[in-house]
Amino acid sequence: MTDTQSSQGKGTQGTARLRKSAAQPLLRVTDLERHFPVKGGLLRGNRGAVRAVDGISFSVNPGETLGVVGESGCGKSTMGRLVTRLDEPTGGKVEFEGQDITHLSAGRLRPLRKDIQIIFQDPYSSLNPRHTVGTIVGAPFRLQKVATEHGVKRAVQDLLELCGLNPEHYNRYPHEFSGGQRQRIGIARALALKPKMVVADEPVSALDVSIQAQVVNLLDDLQRELGLTYLIIAHDLSVVRHVSDRVAVMYLGKIVEIADREALYRNPAHPYTNALLSAVPVPDPRRKERRERILLTGDVPSPLNPPSGCRFRTRCWKAQEVCATTEPPLAELAGGHQVACHFPEGQEGSEGQGRPAGEGEPTDAAAAE
Amino acid sequence: MIVEPVTDSVAEGSASFLSVRDLRIHFDTDDGLVKSVDGVSFDLARGKTLGIVGESGSGKSVTSMGIMGLHRSKRARISGEIWLDGQELVAAQPDQVRRLRGRSMAMIFQDPLTAMHPYYTVGAQIIEAYRVHHPEASKKAARTRAIEMLARVGIPQPDRRVDDYPHQFSGGMRQRAMIAMALVNDPSLLIADEPTTALDVTVQAQILDLIRDLQEEFGSAVIIITHDLGVVAELADDIMVMYGGRCVERGPAATLFDNPEHPYTWGLLGSMPRLDRELQDRLVPVKGSPPSLINVPSGCAFHPRCPYAEQTGGRSMTDRPVLAEVTPGHHAACHLPAAERHRIFAEEIAPRL
Amino acid sequence: MFFYILRRTFAALVLLLVVSAVTFGIFFLLPRLAGETTDQLAAQYIGKNPSPEALAAVKKNLGFDQPLYEQFWHFIKQIFVGATYKYGPDASTCHVPCFGYSFKNHIEVWPEIESRIPVTFSLALGAAVLWLLSGVTTGVISALRPKSFFDRSSMGVALAGVSLPIFFTGAILHYLFSYKWVVFDNLHYVNFTDDPVGWFTNLILPWISLAFLYSALYARLTRAGMLETMSEDYIRTARAKGLIERKVVVRHGLRAALTPILTIFGMDLGLLLGGAVITEQVFSMQGIGFFAVSAIKDNDLPKILGVTMIAAFFIVLCNLLVDLLYAAVDPRVRLS
Repeated sequence: MTDTQSSQGKGTQGTARLRKSAAQPLLRVTDLERHFPVKGGLLRGNRGAVRAVDGISFSVNPGETLGVVGESGCGKSTMGRLVTRLDEPTGGKVEFEGQDITHLSAGRLRPLRKDIQIIFQDPYSSLNPRHTVGTIVGAPFRLQKVATEHGVKRAVQDLLELCGLNPEHYNRYPHEFSGGQRQRIGIARALALKPKMVVADEPVSALDVSIQAQVVNLLDDLQRELGLTYLIIAHDLSVVRHVSDRVAVMYLGKIVEIADREALYRNPAHPYTNALLSAVPVPDPRRKERRERILLTGDVPSPLNPPSGCRFRTRCWKAQEVCATTEPPLAELAGGHQVACHFPEGQEGSEGQGRPAGEGEPTDAAAAE
Repeated sequence: MIVEPVTDSVAEGSASFLSVRDLRIHFDTDDGLVKSVDGVSFDLARGKTLGIVGESGSGKSVTSMGIMGLHRSKRARISGEIWLDGQELVAAQPDQVRRLRGRSMAMIFQDPLTAMHPYYTVGAQIIEAYRVHHPEASKKAARTRAIEMLARVGIPQPDRRVDDYPHQFSGGMRQRAMIAMALVNDPSLLIADEPTTALDVTVQAQILDLIRDLQEEFGSAVIIITHDLGVVAELADDIMVMYGGRCVERGPAATLFDNPEHPYTWGLLGSMPRLDRELQDRLVPVKGSPPSLINVPSGCAFHPRCPYAEQTGGRSMTDRPVLAEVTPGHHAACHLPAAERHRIFAEEIAPRL
Repeated sequence: MFFYILRRTFAALVLLLVVSAVTFGIFFLLPRLAGETTDQLAAQYIGKNPSPEALAAVKKNLGFDQPLYEQFWHFIKQIFVGATYKYGPDASTCHVPCFGYSFKNHIEVWPEIESRIPVTFSLALGAAVLWLLSGVTTGVISALRPKSFFDRSSMGVALAGVSLPIFFTGAILHYLFSYKWVVFDNLHYVNFTDDPVGWFTNLILPWISLAFLYSALYARLTRAGMLETMSEDYIRTARAKGLIERKVVVRHGLRAALTPILTIFGMDLGLLLGGAVITEQVFSMQGIGFFAVSAIKDNDLPKILGVTMIAAFFIVLCNLLVDLLYAAVDPRVRLS
């Protein structure tokens, strides 16, 4: 695992939408770990640890969007909290603009909070109901004591406008807004201090479909306008495909595959990615007749006691003996496409569409319960 | 299978297995009258699946709770007719409807963790559901039945898991157990309210498969309520799109996805990024927010968000459009002339989907 | 589950030890820090103008010449093994559980407390039954018919019940029923084994005045808990099964709504078992609370210490029982 991230930085250069010349990734994560100790027994001693994030490495280049997908419990949200240092890693390293921020104290983190902001999933609970929109969006200015040219109020109103809200609603309270508008307020707050990087944890999954698209487009516009770098964490594969330049797939605390969007969605190399993609329902009734779906059996194993070797092997139709004994390293296939699998899916056959529809070879084994 | 309810004819309504006629469910609140469901009609035959699609507040869940007779509040005002297998439910005695609940019609809910009682074992809750309608059954027989149902929905080691509590099940297993509970009395109508929204994609695929299999096996009628057009495409034979408490479009799944008639349906389709299409540069969202159900916009409830509202010569703001048949079995409630709609869809919408 | 019980019991024991150390410290360490000598302390046991020999004997008997931690150790030890006071003219034995001697009347503390336990227990348990029955029933009915006439009026009464102190309601009841109308004359505690009817009639007024306060509190708590539970998803599921409403309420609603009330009940009952101070005063019941008040008035340190320990014991015990009951009721506690 340790030698992978060096190649990663270079391999993904081409995909950075902006600033292609940037030599240094904005965010570099190396062997990141977060284990939550589990207490039990008579004396509540440590009985092991939930390995929420268990050794992941990646980097995010300036101006690009890295999407992170995975199912619940895969550690993607914990990872988001670690890189924004809302939580402290138990191992590994987080570097932001070359500075090691892994174990910075709260005080030393303060200046950094300007540069990395987070947007949460739930627009209902992440805004204080007793504060006006003006107070909420203006809070970062006050907390960081940032001087604004025409006063805080003007700055907040500019932000509201930027995020598609009516600046006259400065004095309203969160409950007077709809879900989509509340998420815009959350975004306005995150953008107040002109951060370099925004981590968005499920930014649209609590929103209605028609509103989701509005927010996705807003994020897109803001990136273009402000040159933002995004780390977008989501479970919705279609949304991630739409917003990301590169995509990382997580399973049980590990990255199993990371690649350019096109490469990942056209030629998923990891069986898990393949299964995920094939499971997404598509609004086209005729497809259900045509397509072979990879149906995974069983549930995700407990992160308290993950399977030996490859963590996906218990649900994988390709699993062999080696999968139980040796953990596959995240290795590069081609052009920055990295996968952690002993038997990656065939890379030769490129599908026109973004899913492995007709291939059919592995599906039967898995589909038969 | 979908019948246009021009007249509230009883004879016509009782023809299919489930028939809803001009259903209105209004709630008296301190802020005013909330018209959650405002004149919805549809029919459903045995062995068929109806998908009800809509965003939050569109009235889709309220409709299903209304069919189940679960609006008990004195503030709920329900009118219209619901015919289930020849029996009318809106005017029926509450206890009569209760006897049908869980036996003739059953329901599964969005979040199986909160929908199951945390203090009782999964088995006990299934057994309870069985014995309500089979009081003569012994505890042992009911338990055997519960294990049988758990096995049927694909829970491994059902004889052991039957004594587990809901929190000991994973999300997907819990939803399977919910399905087992709903199907334990062999209902002829199953209502699934966002059955996979709280689940992961791979588990969602399993559950959708299970519902499809079970329907084939038991031949029941299924209503699936969801905001996800992908999910209805997987399951439904017919689709009803709801907006602001009313049905704006209804039709067979096959034609509805290929030739959607209503601008709101276009909006829904344009809003969602799709894995089966080439990547779009931008999504095409619906502007604005879903309407308030207290102050539903006049005329067509969608008009403040509709990009084509101006092309109706002001009618969209004053007249409420009627649900009219466009092609056989396919209805839409829109003031735009059908030909004009088809042109807009073909020229402006379809290329961007 | 086994570990859970063990851990809870262990925690309860530790808690008791801490409570006793703190109380002991307040009564024996603080005076010393304030400059009181052991002579002065010992003198309290003897009365005015003590002879030096008597003082020395008391100091030796009670170990005042030893370091404080050893005194504490003796204090704990004598609860379990008793103590003999062999110095001085009248050597004596203090029986298990020994909480020492009273300053004032030179008799053992424990037998005095023990004799008062039945009074306080009768009072507390009787009232508890009454307030649980009335409070929970009122709360449930109110929750099922929110904003109805019953709900509004019972919640109004409950508000009054919470706001009125016992010495007010108790005194009113006492005045009305035993002076004005003389329904219950000359209230005093009668042992249940001696005269069950007398026991009941003498306790009914204290029960009612005590229960009035608590049932008001419990009615409001139950109502709030029940309202919340009845809007849970699993209640909707229970209805969707076709259960009759009574079963939905009792089997699915009440059971979940009552669990948090159990916690508060354990605390309240434990507190009362350590002495229903005001009620006992108002009705002149010779319970633990009455005893505690007179001990404080007399500044009788060993009595105060003893009664504090007993009260703490009941509170800790009741909370332990509640914890265990909780595990029995809620599988998520039991199986996690």
